[in-house]
Amino acid sequence: MSAILIFLAGLASIIIWWMAQQRLTSKPWLESARASDIFPVTRSPIPTVKIGLGVFLAVVGALFTLFISAYFMRMGLQDWWAIPLPGVLWVNTAALVVSSIALEMAKSSAQQNDANAMKIALLASFVTAIGFLAGQLFAWRELVSEGYVLADNPANSFFYLITGMHGLHILGGLLVLSRTTFNVWQGEPPKEARLSIELCAMYWHFMLIVWLVIFALFAGWANDFVDICRQLLT
Amino acid sequence: MVNIPSSINDPIPAAEVEDVELYHPHSWWTTYVFSQDAKVIAIQYSLTAISIGLVALVLSWLMRLQLAFPGVFTFIDADRYYQFITMHGMIMVIYLLTALFLGGFGNYLIPLMLGARDMVFPYANMLSYWIYLLAVLVLVAGFFAPGGPTGAGWTLYPPQAVLSGTPGGQDWGIILMLSSLILFIIGFTMGGLNYVVTVLQGRARGMTLMRMPLTIWGIFTATVMALLAFPALFVASVMMLFDRVLGTSFFMPAIVEMGTQLQHGGGSPILFQHLFWFFGHPEVYIVALPAFGIVSDLISVHARKNIFGYRMMVWAIVIIGALSFVVWAHHMYVSGMNPNFGFFFATTTLIIAVPTAIKVYNWVLTLWRGDIHLTVPMLFALGFIVTFVNGGLTGLFLGNVVVDVPLSDTMFVVAHFHMVMGVAPIMVIFGAIYHWYPKITGRMLDETMGQIHFWVTFLGAYLIFFPMHYLGLLGAPRRYYELGESVVNPPSAHDLNIFITLMALTVGAAQVLFLFNAAWSLRRGKDAGGNPWRATTLEWQTPTTPPPHGNFGKELPVVYRWAYDYSVPGAPEDFIPQNEPDPENRSREHAS
Repeated sequence: MSAILIFLAGLASIIIWWMAQQRLTSKPWLESARASDIFPVTRSPIPTVKIGLGVFLAVVGALFTLFISAYFMRMGLQDWWAIPLPGVLWVNTAALVVSSIALEMAKSSAQQNDANAMKIALLASFVTAIGFLAGQLFAWRELVSEGYVLADNPANSFFYLITGMHGLHILGGLLVLSRTTFNVWQGEPPKEARLSIELCAMYWHFMLIVWLVIFALFAGWANDFVDICRQLLT
Repeated sequence: MVNIPSSINDPIPAAEVEDVELYHPHSWWTTYVFSQDAKVIAIQYSLTAISIGLVALVLSWLMRLQLAFPGVFTFIDADRYYQFITMHGMIMVIYLLTALFLGGFGNYLIPLMLGARDMVFPYANMLSYWIYLLAVLVLVAGFFAPGGPTGAGWTLYPPQAVLSGTPGGQDWGIILMLSSLILFIIGFTMGGLNYVVTVLQGRARGMTLMRMPLTIWGIFTATVMALLAFPALFVASVMMLFDRVLGTSFFMPAIVEMGTQLQHGGGSPILFQHLFWFFGHPEVYIVALPAFGIVSDLISVHARKNIFGYRMMVWAIVIIGALSFVVWAHHMYVSGMNPNFGFFFATTTLIIAVPTAIKVYNWVLTLWRGDIHLTVPMLFALGFIVTFVNGGLTGLFLGNVVVDVPLSDTMFVVAHFHMVMGVAPIMVIFGAIYHWYPKITGRMLDETMGQIHFWVTFLGAYLIFFPMHYLGLLGAPRRYYELGESVVNPPSAHDLNIFITLMALTVGAAQVLFLFNAAWSLRRGKDAGGNPWRATTLEWQTPTTPPPHGNFGKELPVVYRWAYDYSVPGAPEDFIPQNEPDPENRSREHAS
């Protein structure tokens, strides 16, 4: 459970940082105000949906971290054979990186009010993201045809489970991205599309990070990290 | 008691808080059924939770009848008994308490108490309820599925949860249970995002975090915890579903069952326990923190006194929330673990007693020399404090490894967690219903029926669970279908069991009186007016009661003070609403 505790510690430091700015040491019983007092606006200037997405991503982060925690704990048991990673995963990773970069470009062109660049960048991002999903399915088929089926070994089970969960999250993101892309191609001006593109970009970057972490996990690069954790705990 | 700031000299135009784009329903269906109004969703959540809670109540009667009169009720066999245990526990903890506190009270009170028109994401809020309803239906479907619901115990420990020896293990029971949990968590996440972001972004002008009523602090912190803890249950449920349906071995070790080797092998049941309790312990506080918050407000209102140590109360809520994530393994002392871990988790568990005790002292000090009105909500609030202290003290017993090991798996544990997590939060729920029912319906609940309901419930609950501690100390094991005559069940203990059962039936009957009261008062209750308790918080200052769509009139309220200005010296009345400014010529030092 060390992975999730580290994740929560990180989250806790963000929460503490935020709370430190909220005057939690004030004495409200001494502070009743007069009608002529003007209050500062209590809400953050960041758009509410963006904060909502931020909170949601914290939940998604906790979800994947818990899967990773379970992975590490299960991995310590004896019947574990690491799964060979299909080469196509590298292509998929590249596709997801390109998709993320394209969304970032869409975002900056929306900010610069460049409608054409925005349209093309969004479409590119959409297509590469679909490419990623197709590639993931291809990787699954390849593994199955080589005999690495779901229930054979816990490493296989975790691979299908975690990549499947990640794929579902990408699929959900794709629904939103397709709507944004559709609206933009229908002629929505960059000014109005900007917020939803920013949200898509935020989600996409997060899911890219999640993918890179779980890719590292399955490739075995995370093993050293686990060993360090074990040594710390024993 | 409408206080519109614009009627006071030199007003701040409240419209400076720009209006959120409000969803307006157009038909009966979108007003009352597929509503996006948080108040309607709150009532939907509450009614669903209470309905399914009644099922769980009946299940507890059946269990008690079996324990008191073994063999008399032939339709209760061992399998049924385990199914009753499982469904009773799971329904009460998740589908009743969590859903009612966060989905019910959270939805109703957050926008109203913060001076907002609605939740920030009303559509997701609506979806949240419908997915919750679906989760409840899937859960109930277990009763009708072949083989019945799962009988694995509410902790659903593998491997037994998915083996054929357990009711529902190789039938539909466990699949439906896990699916229902997964749905519940998805639905809750949608609602939870709303609660958190509304507290962050939806507050009225002047409503700083430190002016929020403690009810909101409790619900807010509990929601943050739930958002981070429920994923652990989600992960555990998905992985167990894989083990059961797809034959993986996340949790399932190699097992020979009825002479056949199962296809599983190498999995770790302890892994499930870690995941489950990583959710399960915070869950205790997900239920307790809203209760803490609500009870603070009830005590302050009905004792006509400001809450003692408001700041400390807020910090204690946050600290309890944080600590509750590092105590989970105290549920696993008997699962076998490194002794150093046991020491660590015992220490963190006992440390939680510190902020909790601060809260109890502050409640008592709020009552000290207060103008205590023994209204029904106040009675329930006082009942909560006593019960929570009693249940909490046995928690200190069980938090110690050496005391826990012999007591674990006895009735002592059952008595402990029912006191602290069952009776105590239910007391608050009743208190809160009696307190806010006038705002929700415009009518008061009947006082006499309320008093009877309180005394029977409160005394009855003690008569149920106090003797149970003795049974536990005697060694009576929990989860046993029948004990027969044995060392742990001498005739005297069996008589005690009969007594407990009679009390359980009595307390249950009192709840019927409560339901009758709620239905009867809807039409015939005394007219409540806008602010029957003369309370300061914003939900009592709405222009009409029940509050209209959009909660407040044309202008949102502006908040000038904290929520606890009761019996302020020199003030014309013994309460000053949060949206009432100080007169320009009055000193600011009055409230200290």
